[in-house]
Amino acid sequence: MSAPPHTPQPGSGWTVHAKRVLVAWIVLSAVATPLVWFLLGPALPPGKGSVQAAGQVFDNTVLVAFVTPIISLLVVFFVYVLTQFRADPSAELVDGPPMRNDSTVQTTWVAVTSVAVLFLAGFGTYELLKDGAGGGQGPAPIAKVSGRNLQVQVIAQQWEFTYRYPSYGGLETSQLVLPADTTVELHVTSLDATHSFWALQLGVKADANPGEDNIAYVQTKGARSFDIHCAELCGLWHGYMYDTGHVVPASQFTAWIKQQQQVFASVAKYMPRYSTIYYPDPQRRGG
Amino acid sequence: MRGTTWKLLGVAVCVAAAGVLIGFYVSALTQENGSPSYSVPVQTSNGHPVVHLTIETVAAVGPKLSPGSPDFVSYLIMEKGQWKRDTVWRVPANATVHVTIYQFDGDSGLRNPYLARPEGIDGNVEMVDGKPLDAIDPADASHTFAVPAYHLIVPLPGVADNAKNQCGYAPCAMSNAHHTITFTFHTGAKGHYRWQCFVPCAAGWLYGFGGPMQTIGYMDGFLNVV
Amino acid sequence: MSSIAVEARPPVWRRLVGFNLLTGILLGIVGWYAGWYLAHAIHAASLDYFADIDFNELSIVLAYIFGVIGFLVGLGFLNYPFARLRGYPPTLREKETGGIGRYFGLCTDHKVVGIQYLIGIGLFLFVGGLNAMLIRVELLRPNHQVWPAGTYLTLVGIHGTMMMGIMTSGILGPFGNYLIPLLIGARRMAFPRIEALTFWMLMAGGVILETTIFFGGFPTGWTGYAPLNIQANAGMDCYIIFFALVGISMCLLGLNMIATIVTMRAPGLTWTRLPIFVWGVLSTSALMVLSAPVLIATLLMALLDRTAQTNFFIPSQGGSAFLYENLFWFFGHPEVYILALPGFGIVLELLPVFARKPLWGYRLAVAGMMGVSLLSFFVWQHHLFVSGINADVRPFYILSTELISIPTGFTFLCGMMTLWRGRIRYTVPMLFALSWFFNFLIGGLTGVFLSDAPSDVTTHGSFFSMAHFHYTIMGGLVFAFFGGIYYWVPKMTGFQLNERLGKMHFWSMFILFNLTFFPLFIAGLLGQPRRVVTYPQSLQFLNDWVSVCAFLLGTSMLLFLYNFVKSLVFDRIPAPANPWGSKSIEWQLPSPVPVHNFDRIPVFSGDPYGYGERSAPVAVPAGAPAGRD
Repeated sequence: MSAPPHTPQPGSGWTVHAKRVLVAWIVLSAVATPLVWFLLGPALPPGKGSVQAAGQVFDNTVLVAFVTPIISLLVVFFVYVLTQFRADPSAELVDGPPMRNDSTVQTTWVAVTSVAVLFLAGFGTYELLKDGAGGGQGPAPIAKVSGRNLQVQVIAQQWEFTYRYPSYGGLETSQLVLPADTTVELHVTSLDATHSFWALQLGVKADANPGEDNIAYVQTKGARSFDIHCAELCGLWHGYMYDTGHVVPASQFTAWIKQQQQVFASVAKYMPRYSTIYYPDPQRRGG
Repeated sequence: MRGTTWKLLGVAVCVAAAGVLIGFYVSALTQENGSPSYSVPVQTSNGHPVVHLTIETVAAVGPKLSPGSPDFVSYLIMEKGQWKRDTVWRVPANATVHVTIYQFDGDSGLRNPYLARPEGIDGNVEMVDGKPLDAIDPADASHTFAVPAYHLIVPLPGVADNAKNQCGYAPCAMSNAHHTITFTFHTGAKGHYRWQCFVPCAAGWLYGFGGPMQTIGYMDGFLNVV
Repeated sequence: MSSIAVEARPPVWRRLVGFNLLTGILLGIVGWYAGWYLAHAIHAASLDYFADIDFNELSIVLAYIFGVIGFLVGLGFLNYPFARLRGYPPTLREKETGGIGRYFGLCTDHKVVGIQYLIGIGLFLFVGGLNAMLIRVELLRPNHQVWPAGTYLTLVGIHGTMMMGIMTSGILGPFGNYLIPLLIGARRMAFPRIEALTFWMLMAGGVILETTIFFGGFPTGWTGYAPLNIQANAGMDCYIIFFALVGISMCLLGLNMIATIVTMRAPGLTWTRLPIFVWGVLSTSALMVLSAPVLIATLLMALLDRTAQTNFFIPSQGGSAFLYENLFWFFGHPEVYILALPGFGIVLELLPVFARKPLWGYRLAVAGMMGVSLLSFFVWQHHLFVSGINADVRPFYILSTELISIPTGFTFLCGMMTLWRGRIRYTVPMLFALSWFFNFLIGGLTGVFLSDAPSDVTTHGSFFSMAHFHYTIMGGLVFAFFGGIYYWVPKMTGFQLNERLGKMHFWSMFILFNLTFFPLFIAGLLGQPRRVVTYPQSLQFLNDWVSVCAFLLGTSMLLFLYNFVKSLVFDRIPAPANPWGSKSIEWQLPSPVPVHNFDRIPVFSGDPYGYGERSAPVAVPAGAPAGRD
């Protein structure tokens, strides 16, 4: 079974193959990257339902455009290598050239991947700190968003979200309605297990933990409806913990609040004072 | 040749054993946490479907209805004069549903007082022992009947702690202390809608929401609107 | 098979009496009831001090703990310590002869344990896969209950926990145990009894996890987040006991591997001559030893919260749900690299053989695996980007997570450059190794979206992340696992696997795997959260497509099973000693390998990748037989 030692090929073999791969890669990347940027980019989730969602679409577009040349390189490389360097299965085993290392290739690879990674981390951090990207930031957010501000508390419980509007007398509702073109400060908390509030088209996701205040900012744009899901497994009805929320024009929002206040009047006197956190009683003993 | 026969036999035995185990597994899974479905009888009024649901809530379901977990708190439904622990109910689409609930359990109190207000029912008013109420004291709540997809919630006040002749294990007699709650709602499009209780009433479980509160057939079920 | 003469065998009934699997199962059942009654006895004593204890939970926990102890005692794990206490001299090995019976009990031959692992892990892989099929049945329709809603969550939990638990040893168990002593020129592992112990603990665990269905299942998925896990039914205890057993088994397995590799290398086998698979095992073992204790501690706290009503994870009582999340992911993120890294090792081990070139950039490949291993301890909070804890350190976790692509990139570079200008043979193991690059590329690059906090807001907790880790774990680990099977089983059993069926298995598995999991990225981006029993009507086509492909993928696995049984039980075509023309030392030994591996400890003169360099094998185990070790 021992193979005869490899006879070195002319040095041009290396460069010819490398040039072909390089050219094919550059061509493919040059074609695929703009296509991805202009065609796939605008279609990427979560859509432009809010400033934060639009920011995520931009972020996703950059990332997809960024990985396109990487995928192109690997596709070109593997297609070339797997077709050009196949052994004749019927012939006797022949060894390939004993290449063990190439410091130029290594250094280039390490340098390029390091720069790429640092760029990605820097870009992600910038996008994150710009406006919070709609993610939950805990009780003391580092990416604050100023502007016409409305505070809304999202209270998760097994298995429904309810919402409190502290600026309207601690009004609580079972539906989420937000005014258009407003900066909404969502305070997400839970009364029992861990949930996660996910407003898909607004690009918002924030975990709801008992006894914790988790703030997420979202700057609404025009009127639209959006899907709400629970995104953290929370027990039996996790899969049914969804709803539809609405962004409505400011006048319609005022009217809706008025109507909700009438409905709310009957339990208003029982409500605890608005608080950013509630400590649920574990109620384990007894029975 | 004889070797091959033995091997085939061995493989057949293994395949059969795997089949039996898988069958056992699947059937155990199908039964676990399950509840038979009850088709609620439909009447028609002016060509419009009308159904009546008669339900009771009990503090302990009792060994007769649930030998494995007799201490579970539970909903029961009246089927042909019998109280049954079936929580999956088939009702027609776009129907009027008249609900009567006999409430035998004591209070546990709502964690979120907002849910002490009836919503999603006719007039947003529930009748408790004949009196119309647009809210109950959250501390008095024993259970709620809620279909979140309909934004329907009806809080059920509990029997006072000092009431006489309280019901122990189900089924309860009408002579036991209870409240009678009635209300009406309307089903919409076809689909499977879960219903549940929002009062942390599962004593002994963290946040009162384990055990019967997370097992279909006790405090949870489906409205299968067909 | 054995080179040692087999003594005259006693009758069958006599062989069934003694310390073996049968006794283990019997004592396991006895122990189970003993534990159950113990808890009831404490309860019956009605001492005030114990008033808060949840006895339903306690009885199940004690039952399983005593059951496992009984099982291990029945297998004979206490015999040796007792023999030593009674003054018998130490022995290194036991029960290594005796035909097929060795495979059904405690055996300290690393080759027997390797094969036990292969079969045992394979069984639970299929059980986990069956659960996946049952999950996909439910998801055929947007909102229809094939399974009751709670059962669906139990299925999701069993599938995830089984795969993440049992498959941690998926490569180190079978291939690590079988090959490490061979590759380093040793006759055994450093701790042969511990080696056997890890296997039997894992098997006990797997069975315990399945019994959760008798106790109401568990609703938490494999992550078991508190406080939901404290609220859950008694089935949760099965999860806790299972994962604790896996944790102990994992920790001991890693410890054994490290001790063996560090102390038992044959003369001449310097660190730079180690086969790259050994480095893969070493880097994984480091993760196992360092991360598994955190898991065990976390589960112990959860267990106390459930039984003794402590408050480690109860927010209003001084505990915290975040505590659990941090502890869990401090284990959980290294855990996913425990699954991925052995795959790196197998792939890089296979490429030189089938490209007939030396492994390119050996040191870079080692640095890559060690780098991944080290970095994986510094990334765990990327699972908590939107949880609200430490929002201001998210940039650090973005950076540390993305840094992992650099050492992962080393592996890619070394693999790619090894293929470059090689003489590639498309054998079945090679096909699996090559497909790893495709799968892990997709898995890795979608990981970029999850590591980028702004993008993660949408992708976190959705089917996107679920598809991502199936690409890295199934596409990485399971493909490498099958590559390892097709490559090494001829050595382990001495019989060939059918090449044609193997290729059919590969192509069907590779294509169906991608058809199944790629659409899940789209489902996630369109708003389908993980672990939901319902989804919007608009996603039905995608989900149906995935379900159908998943069923076909399951069928492809049965094709493998058919090949495995047909080739090893029926056809039994003897494999040549070195069918692949490898220069690695295990292929210089007869197939299957004799009980004591080497008649004489070999002396290494280089690494096993000398293709095109010299024709002499890397080490020559020749000469007169030596005594037992």
